Amino acid sequence: MTSKVFARRLRLASTFKIAARALRRNKLRSALTALGIIIGVGAVIAMVSIGNGAKAQVEAQIAGLGENIILIFSGSTTASGIRTGWGGAGTLKIEDAEAIRREVPQVTLVSEEVVSTAQVAAGNQNWFTRIYGESADYFDLRQWSLADGAPFTQQDVRSANKVCVVGRTTATQIYGSEDVIGQVLRIKNVPFQILGVLTPKGLSSQGTDQDDIVIMPYTSAMKRVLGGGTTLRNINAQVASPRDLAPAQQQIIALLRQRHNIREGRDDDFTVRTQEEIAAAATATTETMTALLAGVAVISLVVGGIGIMNIMLVSVTERTREIGTRMAVGAHGRDILTQFLIEAMTLSVVGGIIGIISGIVASKVIAMLKNWSSLISPGSIILAFVVSAGVGIFFGFYPARKAAQLDPIDALRYE
Amino acid sequence: MNDFSSAAVRLDDVRKTYKTGEVEVQAVRGVSIEIGQGEFVALMGSSGSGKSTLMNIIGCLDRPTAGRYFLDGEDVSSLSRDDLADVRNRKLGFVFQNFNLLARTSALENVELPLLYSAEVLTNVQLREKAEQVLAAVGLEGRGDHTPSQLSGGQQQRVAIARALINDPEVLLADEPTGNLDSRTSVEVMGIFQSLNDKGITIIMVTHEADIASYARRNVVMKDGLVRNDILVQNRLNAVAELERISAGDRLEVAV
Repeated sequence: MTSKVFARRLRLASTFKIAARALRRNKLRSALTALGIIIGVGAVIAMVSIGNGAKAQVEAQIAGLGENIILIFSGSTTASGIRTGWGGAGTLKIEDAEAIRREVPQVTLVSEEVVSTAQVAAGNQNWFTRIYGESADYFDLRQWSLADGAPFTQQDVRSANKVCVVGRTTATQIYGSEDVIGQVLRIKNVPFQILGVLTPKGLSSQGTDQDDIVIMPYTSAMKRVLGGGTTLRNINAQVASPRDLAPAQQQIIALLRQRHNIREGRDDDFTVRTQEEIAAAATATTETMTALLAGVAVISLVVGGIGIMNIMLVSVTERTREIGTRMAVGAHGRDILTQFLIEAMTLSVVGGIIGIISGIVASKVIAMLKNWSSLISPGSIILAFVVSAGVGIFFGFYPARKAAQLDPIDALRYE
Repeated sequence: MNDFSSAAVRLDDVRKTYKTGEVEVQAVRGVSIEIGQGEFVALMGSSGSGKSTLMNIIGCLDRPTAGRYFLDGEDVSSLSRDDLADVRNRKLGFVFQNFNLLARTSALENVELPLLYSAEVLTNVQLREKAEQVLAAVGLEGRGDHTPSQLSGGQQQRVAIARALINDPEVLLADEPTGNLDSRTSVEVMGIFQSLNDKGITIIMVTHEADIASYARRNVVMKDGLVRNDILVQNRLNAVAELERISAGDRLEVAV
């Protein structure tokens, strides 16, 4: 019994030799057949890597908002049937922010936010940029440090001092390579002293330059840029840990409803979103894209597999006499089956390995050319390899069985 | 010199019936024949006589519908497909009309083929040595690396004969071995058969050419699925002598 098993194993070794010889005999055809799999596997690897890279990038940008952030937007208003969108109604007051700071225990940092755009100038240079009014906590909350200089303080906020920090782009546009700390920037003809320059963040996922910005105390912005008013566009709040996000969100909603006198059954005049919700929405988009790309790639892999089946079927027909000869000199049906399966699997596995390598190279090249990021996951490599071997077995089996079932007499006579 | 005492092939009332739809075709209708070790038999008959069917049964490519077939004393009439394949591998060597060599494959690898399916597994070096030996035995030393397309018809048939011999078969079976060869090459192949037979190898050859059959020692003629005639060849041709005669004829033609 054991000797029989041993003999079978030796026979399998011979069959590998036979299959290798058969593949070598048709180098060009073997290479072209494998090409289908190479392209399929390569496409899967490249597409998934780029998709994962995009996802990671989006996730990194959302993490760049800071950690465990809750965003509270002012509600929209309807005037003469025209709805203004979030932040338009001015339902959030400075006192609301104060209340959150005071009454929601999970909240550690709060930043009142107002946003505007303005023409800023210094010397004979001027530039159109975004003006953000924030509290002194903003830099910690957003984990946005300064490359140079210092941020404004709570004292600056309280006194609505004419101070600001600028983004790298704004600084370069106005002052070129000059040192900007201590310089005076005129915003709506009000002179602001520049305290610091923010660390560059680059482009956002929407493509806006995050460094084209001026940030000042929200009090200064309201008083000197927006020209009065007491409402905030939104409030940024931070909690200590992800566990605190949901309870804090509930409490903020309850607090603001109470403060705004909203009766039971009426809609909120504000919106509270956690960073997780925003992240989920953003990654959902990239996940859809990744799935779409992977789907296209999988189709090309299947097409490659059908290519293998096609070639193997043609080759069974073309090699009918060869199969008859092999059977005449002692090949079992199983030997023929194994030989054709090994041929198909060798093509797909070798194609798979080359495909993995070319997929990695392709994703790196595309990432480099397009300035995207690519992320090669070991999972996708293993999956591609297993799938390509599976394709070989699946699409190789039918032709192999067809070959094994040939009658030696008919096969020998086949013209 | 020849030992006829134990039969290499013994057929006992062998029959083969094909069913094609409703119609039954009796291709072989009761053949009993004994072929001793060391014999050289030509199996003859017109097409439809049943000689090919009988050859397939003797070659263990097919099983008889009825009757018994002993190859080298072993009853092989009802073996399974795989067991028949093993019998072919161990005891039989095949030479075909159209050579059936693997294209784009060296003569050596073609000759090695049966060894790759044998129970005994040899190393690449052993395979090569054995293949070179049999190639030398058919007069093709030094041509081992040639592919079939680089060889003449006669040389290709020699490669096929070498392949048939590599497993030291009990019986060498040849199906119209000269069918695709010109007359001179045919005589050369018969010369190889005669010299192999002189060394004691049993040969059974299907042919429809009477002059080729007269290189054998015994002629079995079939008609309508039965053995019609079974005779020893009276004026046996000698391939060596025939070749000399042909060469002399060529010279004569050149002279004229």
